[in-house]
Amino acid sequence: MNDDGYAVLAEGLQKRYGEKRALDGFDLTVRAGTVHGLLGPNGAGKTTAVRILSTLIRLDGGRATVAGLDVARQAREVRARIGLTGQYAAVDEVLTGRQNLEMFGRLFHLGGRRAKARAAELLEQFDLTDAADKGVGDYSGGMRRRLDLAASMILTPAVLFLDEPTTGLDPRSRGDVWDSVRALVAGGTTVLLTTQYLEEADRLASRITVIDRGRSIADDTPDGLKNRVGGDRVEVVVTERSDIPRVVKVVARVSDGEPEADETELRVHAPVTDRVGALTDVARTLQDEGVRVEDIGLRRPSLDDVFLRLTGHRTEKEAAA
Amino acid sequence: MSAFDLTGPAGRGRVYWALADCWNVVRRGLTHYQRQPVNIAWQLGFPILSVLLYGYVFGSAMRVPGGGDYQDFLMPGMFVMTMAFGFINTATVVVYDSTKGVIDRFRSMPMASSAVVAGRGVTDLIVACAELAILMLTALVMGWRPDGGWEFVAAFGLLLWLRFALIWLGVWLGLLVPNPEAAGGLFAVAFPLTMISSIFVAPQLMPDWLGRVAAWNPISSTAAATRELFGTPVGGGDSWVERHALLMAGVWPVILTAVFLPLAVRRFQRLSR
Repeated sequence: MNDDGYAVLAEGLQKRYGEKRALDGFDLTVRAGTVHGLLGPNGAGKTTAVRILSTLIRLDGGRATVAGLDVARQAREVRARIGLTGQYAAVDEVLTGRQNLEMFGRLFHLGGRRAKARAAELLEQFDLTDAADKGVGDYSGGMRRRLDLAASMILTPAVLFLDEPTTGLDPRSRGDVWDSVRALVAGGTTVLLTTQYLEEADRLASRITVIDRGRSIADDTPDGLKNRVGGDRVEVVVTERSDIPRVVKVVARVSDGEPEADETELRVHAPVTDRVGALTDVARTLQDEGVRVEDIGLRRPSLDDVFLRLTGHRTEKEAAA
Repeated sequence: MSAFDLTGPAGRGRVYWALADCWNVVRRGLTHYQRQPVNIAWQLGFPILSVLLYGYVFGSAMRVPGGGDYQDFLMPGMFVMTMAFGFINTATVVVYDSTKGVIDRFRSMPMASSAVVAGRGVTDLIVACAELAILMLTALVMGWRPDGGWEFVAAFGLLLWLRFALIWLGVWLGLLVPNPEAAGGLFAVAFPLTMISSIFVAPQLMPDWLGRVAAWNPISSTAAATRELFGTPVGGGDSWVERHALLMAGVWPVILTAVFLPLAVRRFQRLSR
């Protein structure tokens, strides 16, 4: 790896398509041996960034190294050290799972015998042994994606790019893919994961870069990002609108900020530091005062909240809802 | 991290790996036919059906200018048509690989990028040999009797030479069209283009202007040249291009390659933009 312990380093990346700036001074640093999330809505530039870093397209400006190698000048060397899975790298649907892995193994210059052995190993590791000799066309979405991951792991790459690896998968298959990713990282691989699923970045990544309109607008831990929106909040939902002013008063006593009331959803919430103490205090006081409470709890801000706070606009999914 | 030796475990050179990569891409292509034998049946079905239809149904009503057996005229035409339609198969596979991301995976790997296209070409030529062999057997069963010897081999070579030139048209179109469905539409364009040639009907029997276009169709030269080499030079015209069929059957593929190979390569390089 290079001297700084960074597996991926990008400085001021530029990529234009006609008038459109797909990347506009994009920066990224990914520490070796970690999962790094690249989070942003559709069209933010995630895929363009991954395609540049995996040598599929040329950059117009800036500089990037992967595993210490320059992606523009040492493309071939970079390719021997990376894996790519996701929207844009696929497996052959006519061949069987085993034939796919053996073919890719030979194309990674393992030689026939080692390619065969490595294919068998990977089929086992990704739980595909039973389906190994079936055509990939008959695989489920989750199996296909696991085979895709296995094909990226033939040389045990230093850096693995996962471009929206769980898009279009059902929750169970998504969980399977997540388990596979965790196992890979345990084996020492650095993972750069792009996703629109905020939950996915939160679950897998130890650090997240938020990208919007071709620029990185934040780089932090998942918790750090949440703290930017404010920490935990206590939240009370009442049944009667007339109770709201009383609840605001009660909540204000335990909060270190200004309570906010939502008249239509009958909801009052406020930031707190002593989470459990505040919650018990509010619950007891409301009970003593005889206020009828629909729901009471602590809420950690979601990454959707983070995105709204950072960019001033919602993620695509939210906007569509 | 240990340095990965790019030339491979045995320290072999770049040329060795370019050839090895090409061969592995060929193996993949041939495995497709092995796993889906019905595909090759489809590819052969149309020419065989055409041989039967034109040979038996229309055969008796068709005449060859200057006399001669229509079957001697038709069979080489069928071989040429099969080679000509081959570019659709090339395009279909390429458009599939590029839209489904298989080409991107190849490009993200430390393999020779030339192997992606070269492997496709070699696969198509091997398949073309198999197609020609099966069609010629069908023709022999129906009573077609060509001359043997080196002329036969030369005719076979000219047919493959045409197929080779059209690989680049197929690769270029495959990278150009947006989806596999659009590649299916290529047949609608290719069919009339092969009809306006000397494959089924001699150009002299067409309206004057159409006959001239048909005579200059590159595949007409290959058809006329192979008729000559099979020892059945029937239905030839007397325009310059028809009198020099052997020469032009060699030259046309050079021109086609000169046009479409650079286009295909440029299109392939544009994938990195």
